[in-house]
Amino acid sequence: MENILSVLVFFPAIAGLLGFVVDKESARAYGITVAAIEFLLSIWLWFSFDMANAGMQFVELIPIIPDFGISYYLGVDGISLFIIIMATLMTLIGMMSMSITENIKNMIITLLFLEMTMVGVFVALDAIIFYLFWELSLVPMLYIIGAWGGPLRVYAAVKFFLYTFTGSLIMLVGMLFVAYIYHNLTGVWSFAITDWYALVLPVSYQLWLFAAFFIGFAIKVPMFPFHTWLPYAHGQAPTIGSVILAAVLLKMGTYGFVRFSLPMFPDAAVLAITPIAAIAIVMIIYTAMVAYAQKDMKQVIAYSSVSHMGIIMLGIFAMNAEGISGSVFQMLSHGIVSGALFMLVGVIYDRRHTKLMSEFGGLASVMPKYAVIFGIMLMASVGLPLTIGFVGEFLVLLGFYQVSPVLTVLAGTSIIIGAIYMLTVYKQSFFGPVTKEENKSLKDLNRKEIWSLIPLVLIVVWLGVYPKPVLGPIDNSVKAMLTFMDQKAITQEAKDMIKVPDTNNNRREVK
Amino acid sequence: MLQPINVSLESLNLITLAPMLVAIAGGLIILILDLVNKSLHKSLYVMLTILILVIDFGATLGLNVNERGFFDVMLIDGVSIVSQLLIIVASIIFTPLALTSRRFHEYSYPEFFALFLFMVAGFQFMVASDNLILIFVGLETASLSLYTLIALHNRSNSYEAAVKYFTMGALAAAFFAMGSAVIYALTGSVELYKVADVLATRLNEAGLMVAIFGSSVLLLVAFAFKLSLFPFHTWAPDVYEGASAPLAGYMSVVPKVAAFVVSIRIFGMYIDLGVEWVRVVILVLAVLTMTLANLMALVQEDVKRMLAYSSISHAGFIIAALALDTTEGTTAIFFYYALFMFTNLGAFTMLWMSRHKNRRFNARFDHPYEKFAGFIKIMPMGAVIMAVFMLSLAGVPPFSIFWGKIYVMQAAVNSGYVWLAIVMGLNSAIAAYYYLKLVVYMFLKDPVKDVDTVYYNLSKPLMAVVGLAAVATIGAIFYVQPLVSYVYYMISASGY
Repeated sequence: MENILSVLVFFPAIAGLLGFVVDKESARAYGITVAAIEFLLSIWLWFSFDMANAGMQFVELIPIIPDFGISYYLGVDGISLFIIIMATLMTLIGMMSMSITENIKNMIITLLFLEMTMVGVFVALDAIIFYLFWELSLVPMLYIIGAWGGPLRVYAAVKFFLYTFTGSLIMLVGMLFVAYIYHNLTGVWSFAITDWYALVLPVSYQLWLFAAFFIGFAIKVPMFPFHTWLPYAHGQAPTIGSVILAAVLLKMGTYGFVRFSLPMFPDAAVLAITPIAAIAIVMIIYTAMVAYAQKDMKQVIAYSSVSHMGIIMLGIFAMNAEGISGSVFQMLSHGIVSGALFMLVGVIYDRRHTKLMSEFGGLASVMPKYAVIFGIMLMASVGLPLTIGFVGEFLVLLGFYQVSPVLTVLAGTSIIIGAIYMLTVYKQSFFGPVTKEENKSLKDLNRKEIWSLIPLVLIVVWLGVYPKPVLGPIDNSVKAMLTFMDQKAITQEAKDMIKVPDTNNNRREVK
Repeated sequence: MLQPINVSLESLNLITLAPMLVAIAGGLIILILDLVNKSLHKSLYVMLTILILVIDFGATLGLNVNERGFFDVMLIDGVSIVSQLLIIVASIIFTPLALTSRRFHEYSYPEFFALFLFMVAGFQFMVASDNLILIFVGLETASLSLYTLIALHNRSNSYEAAVKYFTMGALAAAFFAMGSAVIYALTGSVELYKVADVLATRLNEAGLMVAIFGSSVLLLVAFAFKLSLFPFHTWAPDVYEGASAPLAGYMSVVPKVAAFVVSIRIFGMYIDLGVEWVRVVILVLAVLTMTLANLMALVQEDVKRMLAYSSISHAGFIIAALALDTTEGTTAIFFYYALFMFTNLGAFTMLWMSRHKNRRFNARFDHPYEKFAGFIKIMPMGAVIMAVFMLSLAGVPPFSIFWGKIYVMQAAVNSGYVWLAIVMGLNSAIAAYYYLKLVVYMFLKDPVKDVDTVYYNLSKPLMAVVGLAAVATIGAIFYVQPLVSYVYYMISASGY
């Protein structure tokens, strides 16, 4: 099936439209079935994906507005493949575990549209199509937070929308400027990213354009100091909203850096290493400390998300295969782990209608299964070896060590601080005697919750022990990208900084 | 001895007048019908008006590009054809909005439709000429009809609106006449192509710049009134509020398209001649207009006033494209309005649907935000469509106005005005807030229970118009290519 990407993008949207007809009572089953089919389609994509090929596959190209140079241009490579699979997986799992009953049909339809935009962002190879899905993803999320969220939901939803929207408009100007330069040099209008890759720009242009794209992506990631929308969004969003937001929507930002900023502006990216690393370190340490100070379990995970996104940013700007592959892998790992943690917090919230840690204590004796799964996810989040979290974090730190040992040591403290705040959460909530009367009668995980969490546990352990099937294709595409960046870079500094992997593929180049 | 004036019929090229004559004849037919039989229902007049406009559309479409006619005062170039088509299409969409389920005073008079057709003819004259006198005549014909149409809405604030608009319009007309007089004094001609020739040869004369300054400032003030540019925009929200919702939507498109065409002809000429400060003044006005109107829109409590300010802001957006004075910039103006027309008329029609005879929600406003609270629960389809219009106005892809926005911004970037594109981007972000506010009210709040339903004035024709607007807004991606290439071809054929 050559046009599987189109199917992946539009299947949920069409299903969402048809979903208006489905009866309220059956909407949930309908949504889960559609999401499951979508997930199987994405697995099929994985199996028909050529692992040895580092370039774009399943490419579809149909010009839609030739006068602007806008085409319907899709493709997938090792970097985007697994993020797509994660997006479909998390949508499926999120829907399965969803406890919302009010207006369930609207929720299912909204989630299906959201799934379309998420897949769309990661398969788009035309900047305008990318932008289209990027912006469109805000609308369903606005509705999810605003309609099913907590008391401050409207404020949180609007804040989320406006932050991202503002940033992306600046990015849009950047895109238009790149198209303009492309037109000047070639006489043809094109928004195709692969065409843009061929542009070699002077460093001053690169810096400005890098800044424009940076604003768009950094707000989405979110990077310090643009992160303030995130705690609100997470704090007010319903569980399903937080799961999708943390698992997939945040990855759009980091994916944007890998897809646009690095290959298009290699020299500017190299110049930006120090400032971005500084911001990333601030994100890692500062938000980890903020996370420690939280009383609300969900806020702890929200801030820990920001902290982990800092690790991802650090890896991307390591400019070598370990760092970038590690980052992409860490995107997957963070998606799965933080998604699972938000679901777990949702579980306890459904039972007690509070997320304050002080309300709990001794849960391990009341809810043993819950405590076990929470424990595993928590360890994965901290980065315990043999869990999924370790692989990405280790590779990132290994990659960045080549750039700056000092900063890497600072970033490494994230594991320690992470362990502190995560274990504190665990200690306060799960260990000790059961202090509150209400907690004594809490029910352990029910079937629905177990069946949605077990797959995630299996993935966490499987990819922690044996990450190669996923890491291999990522590594291939990342190496191809680095080689290409190195050829394209015009300054000597950039050429020195971008480490091109040797042909042996396994050992890094020694200089 | 005086020579007898000898004009052959062919040299008059009367076909160039055909579109306007169709509209005028149609208006007269309606008046005659009323004379013969007083008891005819408004639906007849509505359909008749649409038919006449369709013929008008056909006549316009059949014109050849770059012709002159009628003693060379008529100029049928690409700009005039595209703008006439826009005017007619917007009028065709507007007309069926008279067929509401409730009776409204103005539509019971056939004069309403006759005046409406005269107004269309006036606008058509205005855009199809480069003779300052004919432009003035067209402008005044159209404006006087429009004032009356507003006042026919038989409410105290409609009279207020009409009088306000009339006074402001009269002032603008005076400025226009004075500006034209200065041009005539300078060059001895009121035909812009001759004016351009004369000015080009005399541009280096000392003292000429002062006169040019005088004329262009006067004309700029006149058109800033018509285009509701800052600081001459203050009439717009009041007039929109007083006029009926469809007419307000109509006013945010058609008179502005006509005024833009004349502005392109006059100020484009100045910029072409190298009078650089005209461009600077227009850019400053554009930035101020879009920014301040956006800020004002943020604090409005009434949806209609919010949409009024939003129209002002969009006009500011587009006038910036005029200042670029490139083929792309000029194309952007018409392209943007073609897309804006559907969305904005759709949004105003949604307000029209919810129009009550009395103010049930708020003592001061017809359409306060509270009216739309929980709209998703009252009328899900309506809420979704209204949300689509709002997101389109905010510039969220893939809805129609997004394509207009990127075209304008691309045109700005291409002419080296990257800062302008950034200002436009930031303004779109500010604007998103007030459009979202309505979406938030519709989707995220609970309905105000103790009042009548919102879709009070709904009828099949209104639904058809909203449906058409929604399809045009959502499916924009599929017709953007043919539309933009047609407009671009027409504009470049007429040398702008």
